[in-house]
Amino acid sequence: MNVTRGFTGRPRVDNPGLPPGQYDAGDDWPVLSAEVTPDLSPADWSFRIDGLVERPHIWDWDAARALPGSSYEGDIHCVTSWSKFGVRFGGVSLDAFFQVVRPHGSATHAIAYSHTGYSTNLPLADLTGGRAWIAWEYDGTPLAPEHGGPARLLVPHLYFWKSAKWIAGITLLDHDEPGFWERNGYHERGNPWEEQRYSGD
Amino acid sequence: MTETVTTTFTPPTRFAVPGRIAVSTGAAAVWQTATLTEIRRETPHAATFRLAVPDWAGHLPGQHLMLRLTAGDGYVAQRHYSIASAPDDSGHIELTLDHVPDGEVSGWFHTVARPGDTVEVRGPLSGFFAWPGDRPALLLGAGSGVVPLMSMVRHHRAQGLPVPLRMLVSARSPEELIYAQELGAETTAVFTRSAPTGVPVGRMTATHVAPLLAEQPPGGWEAYVCGSNGFAEHASRLLVEAGQPVEHIRIERFG
Repeated sequence: MNVTRGFTGRPRVDNPGLPPGQYDAGDDWPVLSAEVTPDLSPADWSFRIDGLVERPHIWDWDAARALPGSSYEGDIHCVTSWSKFGVRFGGVSLDAFFQVVRPHGSATHAIAYSHTGYSTNLPLADLTGGRAWIAWEYDGTPLAPEHGGPARLLVPHLYFWKSAKWIAGITLLDHDEPGFWERNGYHERGNPWEEQRYSGD
Repeated sequence: MTETVTTTFTPPTRFAVPGRIAVSTGAAAVWQTATLTEIRRETPHAATFRLAVPDWAGHLPGQHLMLRLTAGDGYVAQRHYSIASAPDDSGHIELTLDHVPDGEVSGWFHTVARPGDTVEVRGPLSGFFAWPGDRPALLLGAGSGVVPLMSMVRHHRAQGLPVPLRMLVSARSPEELIYAQELGAETTAVFTRSAPTGVPVGRMTATHVAPLLAEQPPGGWEAYVCGSNGFAEHASRLLVEAGQPVEHIRIERFG
């Protein structure tokens, strides 16, 4: 241990929900996108799933909203070290979309991409089983553009750069392909509980 | 309405911007001890901290690092900070930190730290906001958002690079303008709260951005925007409205 002289830090809180190296951002919700926030209306938004699926499909805003609703209440964790507790997102579970397209047995990974061209890769298993959503509401109100509105991917059990803003689609693959930050030195999976921040962690 | 997929997806805004450099994953994975060698006050709220990092792998202007402090009971606080110094072979790097109210890490730097103290760093990190000095650079920053941009300005000067570089920087007042003494003809400062006599007070506007985009260098500008999210949203919108292509705008937001 490399103790810093005179450093005491914030009062300790016993918070079992806080992954290693993270701090509680409280009411703040920092915005860290690397690109210009797009001018994207619900009418211009669409979401598709293609690649290794039986029936590739595109949903527009109304079609996506017509799927059975599902919400997430819990915590989110950003690789820059903040975590935010007790957030509430509304949308649709990705499972509902996958039921329509029926992934092939050979599909093991996914690349999620945005209307801006941003992309991020995930193991398919991280997107199924009620652990991932297409979200358009935050705390009961429409998701703000700077936070990914009209709709973003939500994968709260991984660092938040995996939850692609302005989600445009998901392509299923039989191999892993690095996305935008992953090509820029970030970890391929990004599990906050194992502190998988950067490539090699 | 739903439809069957027949075509491939093309993002309408084409932000498929790749990183500027390949990132060395080896160097980024290792925590190194950094020894504080010098503290220089920049403004009432910001100071520069010079660190000796003997095994520093080298960085490009615009890159950042992760820094951590450890308390006696094992409690660790870590933050990302932009590197202020230009790449050189001095074995030192410099960080310029705002004193954030109640900031446990910046508070330690501003009130406790003295030369000889050690902290831990890992990096450099991320190639996306890096500027290798190859393309014309248009830099827009506010507050401590000037820090990674100053690394680019310093690099441009130190290497005598032939590509054009311009910087537009916003500060609350002349006293709050970081690196004020070091800024040259490449920089235009905008003051939002108080300004020297004869200089208008107000936020950055299209009037500031338009002349820069009017002088298009060959190949066009690569724009780098750094600051709070509020500033980044505002400045990037000004750039887009003035005709800067979105795929040539790189944003680093503090948060």
